[in-house]
Amino acid sequence: MTDAGLRLDNVTAGYGPTHVLDRVNLRLEPGERLAVIGRNGAGKTTLLATIMGLTKLHEGSLTLNGAPIQGLAPHKRSALGLGLVPQTRDIFASLSVEDNLLSARRGDATLEEAYALFPRLKERRRNGGAQLSGGEQQMLAIARTLMTSPDILLLDEPLEGLAPVICEQLMQVFEDLASDGRRSVVLVEQQAAAALSFANRAVLMANGAIVHDGPAAELRNNADLLNRHIGVSLNA
Amino acid sequence: MTPLMKSWAPPLALLALAIALSFLMPFNLAFLTRILIMVVLVLSLDLVLGYAGIATLGQAAMYGAGAYAAGLFAIHVWADPLAGLMIGAVAGSILAFVSGLVLMRTQGLTLIMLTIAVAAICHEIANKARDITGGADGLRGIHMEPVLGMFAFDFVGTTGFWYALAVVVVIFVFVALITRAPFGLSLRGIHESPDRMAAIGVSVYWRRVTAYTVGGAIAGVAGALSAQITQLVSLESFSFTLSAEALIMLILGGTGRLYGAVLGTLIFMFVHHWAAANDPFNWLFVIGAMVLAVVFFLPKGIISASAGLARLIKGARHAGS
Repeated sequence: MTDAGLRLDNVTAGYGPTHVLDRVNLRLEPGERLAVIGRNGAGKTTLLATIMGLTKLHEGSLTLNGAPIQGLAPHKRSALGLGLVPQTRDIFASLSVEDNLLSARRGDATLEEAYALFPRLKERRRNGGAQLSGGEQQMLAIARTLMTSPDILLLDEPLEGLAPVICEQLMQVFEDLASDGRRSVVLVEQQAAAALSFANRAVLMANGAIVHDGPAAELRNNADLLNRHIGVSLNA
Repeated sequence: MTPLMKSWAPPLALLALAIALSFLMPFNLAFLTRILIMVVLVLSLDLVLGYAGIATLGQAAMYGAGAYAAGLFAIHVWADPLAGLMIGAVAGSILAFVSGLVLMRTQGLTLIMLTIAVAAICHEIANKARDITGGADGLRGIHMEPVLGMFAFDFVGTTGFWYALAVVVVIFVFVALITRAPFGLSLRGIHESPDRMAAIGVSVYWRRVTAYTVGGAIAGVAGALSAQITQLVSLESFSFTLSAEALIMLILGGTGRLYGAVLGTLIFMFVHHWAAANDPFNWLFVIGAMVLAVVFFLPKGIISASAGLARLIKGARHAGS
């Protein structure tokens, strides 16, 4: 086993003095597709926020490609290749679509690549961020993060509140992004079926801890575990 | 109208307005020049507050630093106007950078209070260093060389007006370029969501320090311009009133929009001029009423009225067709 990839060891973290994550251990290999599922309040969003350095780390360590990152500010973690698409999308309403993308551009990323991935954004490139539909905002949030050329893409409930046809489009984009194996994708999602069909590995979270970590297909077939922790059975 | 014409039309219209005013008010060139100096100061505040979202009531600190630096430079070293502007910019940027290293670690009310404190400290230093600054009597004895070695400052204020107008044009273009560059876009992003900008790789702290420093340099230019044209620097250069008035001008015009800064300054200065001439004791009432009206009816500033008017006209055309 090499040092490449992301590693969380015994991580306890939260907001201020509050502990949300409880001794989380996680390893993400380069090019891996990981699904993180769990009920509301299980700690999924906090897990991604902790990886990005947006929470308070109480205990444990985080390493990226063998180097500790727990003391680094979010912008430095971003520079090292971590990219978060937040659940809240956080589109800059006063900027146009194109300016939202340009505000994040780093490395070799180009507007053309972003528009090739999301042609709809090209059509709306002069529109303000506040004038976009929910689906378009999500596309912009993803494209904006991709403008930072991340090696590890952290997606926080990207399908939330979107029409089924948009969800299908976005899942296809995630497939395309992960298909070359150069970029790891962590997909936190309430829609367990979609997340588990996309990922090759899955973790199940409950009460701030990881209660299951294994192949996505295995979890998909474990009706008992899914029922117990998220109240659904995908085989039903 | 082509997009190129559209983007050039407003600045050219403003330039034409300034030139027209100089012919319409030939005996008020000093007043028009004062407006131009304030435009530079308000543009600096717009970059800092309107774009980067740095709440400040101490922009006069950098203005005053630029004014005293340019005045002292002219008296003791070299009275060339352009060199003096550079010195003003350097003084303003150094003060903004040094104070910004501390100030930009704070937010909200704490930040506002600290910016006021910085200006107050500068005011007190200028007051105490009487031998250098002239103290409460002000810094006198500034005699500038002709601009570019050709245009001497005259009693009527013709050279001062054109010189200030040229500086306004250069600063306006400079700020417009900055705000449209990725740096400016990131400032607007920081204004809306600092956490998001940090998560997409921007060092929010250093970006804010940089914006504050650039804004300080521009405020320093405004101060230097004032020192060179009026040939006097008073303690009022550091006053809270100056910072507050600049803020009111920006709010009136519309924050985060360069034309808003220009329009707000024009309207404030003209209303102030007219109201103070008609009622020297109660003119503040007029200013207060105007600010209240704008905050209630045009919260995005007077500049937003043009967009509303355009929508109304468009709607009327659709209704008529």
